[in-house]
Amino acid sequence: MTEKHIDEISGVSTTGHEWDGIRELDNPMPRWWLWTFYATVLWAIGYTVAYPAWPLLTSATKGVLDYSSRGEVKQELAAASAAQEKYIAAIKAKSVDEIEADGSLRDFATAAGAATFRVNCVQCHGSGAQGSPGFPNLNDDEWLWGGSADQIYKTVTHGIRFADDADTRTSEMPAFAEMLSAVQIGDVSAYVASLSGSVSDPAKVEPGAKIYADNCAACHGANAKGNRELGAPDLTDAIWLYGSGERAIAQQVRAPKNGVMPAWGARLGDVKVKELAVYVHSLGGGE
Amino acid sequence: MALMDKHALIERNATLLLVGSFLVVTIGGIVEIAPLFYLENTIEKVEGMRPYSPLELAGRNIYIREGCYLCHSQMIRPFRDEVERYGHYSLAAESMYDHPFQWGSKRTGPDLARVGDRYSNEWHVQHLSDPRSVVPESIMPRYAFLKNVPLSPKGFSTQLVANVDVGVPYTQEMIDNADIDLAAQANPSADTSALTKRYPKAKIGDFDGNPQQVTEMDALVAYLQMLGTLVDFSTYDEAGGYR
Repeated sequence: MTEKHIDEISGVSTTGHEWDGIRELDNPMPRWWLWTFYATVLWAIGYTVAYPAWPLLTSATKGVLDYSSRGEVKQELAAASAAQEKYIAAIKAKSVDEIEADGSLRDFATAAGAATFRVNCVQCHGSGAQGSPGFPNLNDDEWLWGGSADQIYKTVTHGIRFADDADTRTSEMPAFAEMLSAVQIGDVSAYVASLSGSVSDPAKVEPGAKIYADNCAACHGANAKGNRELGAPDLTDAIWLYGSGERAIAQQVRAPKNGVMPAWGARLGDVKVKELAVYVHSLGGGE
Repeated sequence: MALMDKHALIERNATLLLVGSFLVVTIGGIVEIAPLFYLENTIEKVEGMRPYSPLELAGRNIYIREGCYLCHSQMIRPFRDEVERYGHYSLAAESMYDHPFQWGSKRTGPDLARVGDRYSNEWHVQHLSDPRSVVPESIMPRYAFLKNVPLSPKGFSTQLVANVDVGVPYTQEMIDNADIDLAAQANPSADTSALTKRYPKAKIGDFDGNPQQVTEMDALVAYLQMLGTLVDFSTYDEAGGYR
């Protein structure tokens, strides 16, 4: 059935098959299509020779170009840091204060720190470093652990109450629910609230002051201005990390939240942490 | 062409057609299936990887149940922008105990492969409860209910057994202690020396801020806090892992 047969009407050869007298035309593929197809086959063979491709027993073929996407990213990172080498070496060698004193180096560190901040810090501290409830605003003048460039550098490097870093900043406000009665907590909260605003019942303030002196002054200071060695906040201003007003203060006295900040030194490396410190220090609340 | 003209032979002989089809399927099958038996050699040799602790595994189950993978990938690709944003590119070894893996294919939210230790437990709880309270731009749904759903440790060992069946090397000791370990990891005052020996680098603590009970929030945060933290990159043979 496979004898040559030319279709009488179109003059084209047929496949040679016949079904009940019906035959199928055998038009050739367009040449351009056929040659493109052959070219892609050749390309595929060349590709598997040049690039990693065939799985073998213990590894895959490496390809004659010795290409690796992981090797390439390493080269790109190396090239990027080589392009910034002048600055990075200087940042490595200098303290944060010295970086800030050097105009062009400070500009570089601020820009780099801002980029690092946007990737790693905004989730808690906000895209404008404005903070959110429980996470401090970095633009204002209140600093729990100190707002000098060097203190910020230390906080970012080691974190706050971060279990995996031995040098982390640490302190723990005790839960006074176990030590003070509900009335006493109400009184002391009224006293603390009175330092920065008005209170519901002025009669509570005086007994509250006594309770404050006995229980709170050790960390927050007799004048309630706080203590940065302990991360104890200033209670006389209108800046409240966990909410203002007697109710929020009482809640914090009863069962305090002790905020945690991860240590970034090991994750980001010293250069990036220094850049971050320069940037955060520049935000406006810097001391 | 003479050979091409012979196809009539196959078309007219059913047995021959069957034999020929079988040969074609066999070759295709070998090409597709055989490499799966050599998967081991695609996994880098690393220090520090271990199976998930029971609490982390429970959190992972919740991660899958809630469909987190639909918006979050767990795969840092080897590109400069991703490495600079998320950290070291993901290794095959880091998902070798994942069944199923959570690489994902779409990032509506950020990649989570190295989210562990990036934020505090309080942040995770607040963010899961009300994402917009900390990230105003976020479009993530709220998962506040996780705080109210207690996690029952009873019979959790069956989850480990199921993982053993698909090749995760849980030991008998791990399986026997699964229920105890699950409760202990979320209890800061429990004796966790045996737990940390079985699961080095396991994060221990009251993750959800409610020490009274172990909730799904505890489990999910425990899982998130360990993501990407296990491999010791100081001992990793980088060039040996080039692919």
